[in-house]
Amino acid sequence: MKIIIVGCGKVGSKIAEMLSRENEHDITVIDLRSQVVSDVANKLDIMGLTGSGANLENLIEAGVEDADILIAVTGSDELNLLTCLMAKKAGNCQTIARVRKPEYSKSIGLLKDDLGLAMIINPEFAAANEMARALRFPSAIHIDTFAKGRVEILKFRITENSVMDNLKVCDISTKLKSDILVCGVEREDEAFIPDGNFVMKAGDMISIITSTTGAGQFFQTIGVKTNRVRDCMIAGGGDTAYYLAYVLLKSGIKVKIVEKDEKRCEELCQLLPKADIIHGDATDNQLLSEEGLEQAESFVSLTNLDEENVLLSLYAKSKKVGKIVTKINRIAYDKVIGEMDLGTIIYPKNITAEYIVRFVRAKNNSIGSNIETIHLILDGKAEAIEFVIKANTDVVGKPLSSINIKENTLIACIHRNGKVIIPRGHDTMETGDTVIVVTSNTGYEDINDILA
Amino acid sequence: MNYRIIRYTLGCTLYIEAFCFLIPLLCAVFNSEFQYIPHILFSIALCVLCGFLLAFKKPADKTMYAKEGFISVAMSWIIISIFGAIPFMTTGFIPNFFDALFETVSGFTTTGASILTDVEALPKCLLLWRSFSHWIGGMGVLVFLVAILPLSGGDNMHLIKAESPGPAVSKLVPKVRSTAKILYLIYIGITVTQIILLKLGGLDWFESLALSFGTAGTGGFGTRNSGIAEYSPYVQNIITIFMILFGIDFSFYYLILMRKLKSALKMEEVRGYLLIILTAIVVIMINCYGMYSNIWDNLRYTAFQVGSIITTTGYSTVDFNLWPELSKTIILILMFIGACAGSTGGGIKVSRIMIFLKGIFKEIKLAIHPRRTVKVTMNGRMIEHETVRGVNVYMAAYIVIFFVALLIISIDNFDFTTNFSAVAATLNNIGPGLNLVGPVSNFSCYSDLSTFVLTVAMLIGRLEIFPILILFSRHTWRK
Repeated sequence: MKIIIVGCGKVGSKIAEMLSRENEHDITVIDLRSQVVSDVANKLDIMGLTGSGANLENLIEAGVEDADILIAVTGSDELNLLTCLMAKKAGNCQTIARVRKPEYSKSIGLLKDDLGLAMIINPEFAAANEMARALRFPSAIHIDTFAKGRVEILKFRITENSVMDNLKVCDISTKLKSDILVCGVEREDEAFIPDGNFVMKAGDMISIITSTTGAGQFFQTIGVKTNRVRDCMIAGGGDTAYYLAYVLLKSGIKVKIVEKDEKRCEELCQLLPKADIIHGDATDNQLLSEEGLEQAESFVSLTNLDEENVLLSLYAKSKKVGKIVTKINRIAYDKVIGEMDLGTIIYPKNITAEYIVRFVRAKNNSIGSNIETIHLILDGKAEAIEFVIKANTDVVGKPLSSINIKENTLIACIHRNGKVIIPRGHDTMETGDTVIVVTSNTGYEDINDILA
Repeated sequence: MNYRIIRYTLGCTLYIEAFCFLIPLLCAVFNSEFQYIPHILFSIALCVLCGFLLAFKKPADKTMYAKEGFISVAMSWIIISIFGAIPFMTTGFIPNFFDALFETVSGFTTTGASILTDVEALPKCLLLWRSFSHWIGGMGVLVFLVAILPLSGGDNMHLIKAESPGPAVSKLVPKVRSTAKILYLIYIGITVTQIILLKLGGLDWFESLALSFGTAGTGGFGTRNSGIAEYSPYVQNIITIFMILFGIDFSFYYLILMRKLKSALKMEEVRGYLLIILTAIVVIMINCYGMYSNIWDNLRYTAFQVGSIITTTGYSTVDFNLWPELSKTIILILMFIGACAGSTGGGIKVSRIMIFLKGIFKEIKLAIHPRRTVKVTMNGRMIEHETVRGVNVYMAAYIVIFFVALLIISIDNFDFTTNFSAVAATLNNIGPGLNLVGPVSNFSCYSDLSTFVLTVAMLIGRLEIFPILILFSRHTWRK
């Protein structure tokens, strides 16, 4: 597909990076800053163009006339909308705009229809939603959903003394009587797609696939607290904090926001009458103790400084706060940060990029392959792909134990008429099912590709 | 530094060279030159063996930064030149290693300078190999590699940047690989057209191929001792037109293929290039008035020579040594200007000269109005300061290298015009110079040392100085 990305900041370059990895798109990026453009064009297999995206000449030079998708992710909402409008007029492409101002986001539906946008993304809102999901399911570090929300892949760490420590994967269903499947294990730097004989150890990050209801039962069996948190302390009162508080309050979770700017506190107070807005510096640990950090069930660090967020989360961890969520905006040391065990880490730019990339893939799939969704799991080392089973495939009706599957590939879940089946050897795939395949190989486009 | 990716790239380049040797092999089979087949097969075997040793293990880490790109390109060119010289040496036609290396480097760098006194003594297969080395060297071996081999993604741009001529190399389409493919398809397309037109002009297949390869790469190796002089006016005119066509930036053709004729015609560099050619032809025609029997002969000879020198091809139909001084000086200046960036031609490049001149005008304006804001533009777009700086540094490095080479070869004690034009002809990848190295002579008079210095000058000229300098900088290799 031909894709034009206008704006090459954090999000724009991340999207370009993720899409260019798929190797089937022709990508052109446009940005005003020539240095940024040439850096990205040198690093990735894409074309760069210096100039404004709202300039029709530039858009035409970038090939808007026969482009399939235009993604406007500059820092300015107005420019993004204008670019999309212009692209829609000049060519016939799907347009995606990033719109982040809360005052615009309220009338988002109206804008979308009138401007002919295919998608509007608000990074802060998306990040807040992701955080809210993590707080509702505190034991998991990361959650991906499939089959329209009926299937989840949850990632969590095996603690010392857990029943999972030193357990063979094939013993899970007999010993724990849980209907789950371990579809990935990360140990130190390595990622595995485990077979039945794999032994899990304390400290491993494991990803399990299960139905949304199955997850709760499983966590109960292994003795991990699963109840959603009842209160939440948020450090920093920016837009993300506002959205998060809004979502949490709606589902009945108590919210306390610590913000150092007095004016902003007043604003938040007006916007979120049910929340406790504390005026003070979140880095003041005496203040945090006074406001009951030790008793809080969850803590979210959302200040503008990544370093501050990391330190705040470390402090909260030392105070044995149950669930910790850390926002990292800018710094790119994923691995180092991952090792610090800061609970759920949210990278807003990655979330935005992932949302958009998912949209592009869905668009692409409607043209060619049978892929419904793709999620990168195990730190990007593996993919979870959702396929639709069509009538003319070789796998239909055969028990799984008789199908010869490629190495490092796992049929993780079958979803049939709203029912979620965690497959065992005797299960079959039927026409019309959606099947989730987990693999560390790349380039699968059809369910037949998994056959050895 | 990622040594593994460099090793792997070198191995793949040797595979390509082995593949290229199939052309002279087929030629030997068709022309019943069976005694040379073992020599070519030996070269192929050696390329495949060494290529296998180098490229056998695929590197796990495929990242290639600018540094690796430069070094891969410089080393690839040195290696293909050494391997390409093998058949000349084993067959005994050019027994001296330095001479054989000079001949092959002259081929790959599309220079066309020769140390052979009797070209016609060479078998057809070796003549075709010389000409084909022009063709593959014209667009670039690594561009070809990128087009056919799925290496890693965007990193390949560094290879193309290091190999393609011009102050700012850019892509035609978002993907590097597609860009390389498009370039080669255009290249093949125009070459095939020329082959057919020459065949229609009454040449046999061998000469049509050899001359077309020589023209396409803007090389200049011919098949006869007399150069192009013996061919019919039709053949000479065809070669003139195609030389000038191959000296145009290939993105011009891409724009035309994309039906963007307007933006194609707006390309400042192409306009400048054609304007220079036209002016030079007119001035030389007036200057040479009366030397030829009629005005059409005058036009034909002048146009051929101007096209041949500005595109740095180096074919000749007349001995321009006999021309008046003004015409000779114009020819010498054209040698330095060279063709367009992004073409197969050599020289300093029209766009560099234009940016350089615009920079001078800018400084003059600034001297008069110090607070005035002036920006150098090209094709209506502002030129990055980096590019302007790159051009200035290039010119400085060019002059230094020119004089160092000139100093070393003057040890041989030939006259100044000979030495000066010899360096100009090799550093700009043209071929013939003036006086002793003029169009009807050759480079065999120089000593081994000078031959080697001129060989290096050709490589430096083709790769536009910096890859070779980076290869020999000790900062590159320091851990």
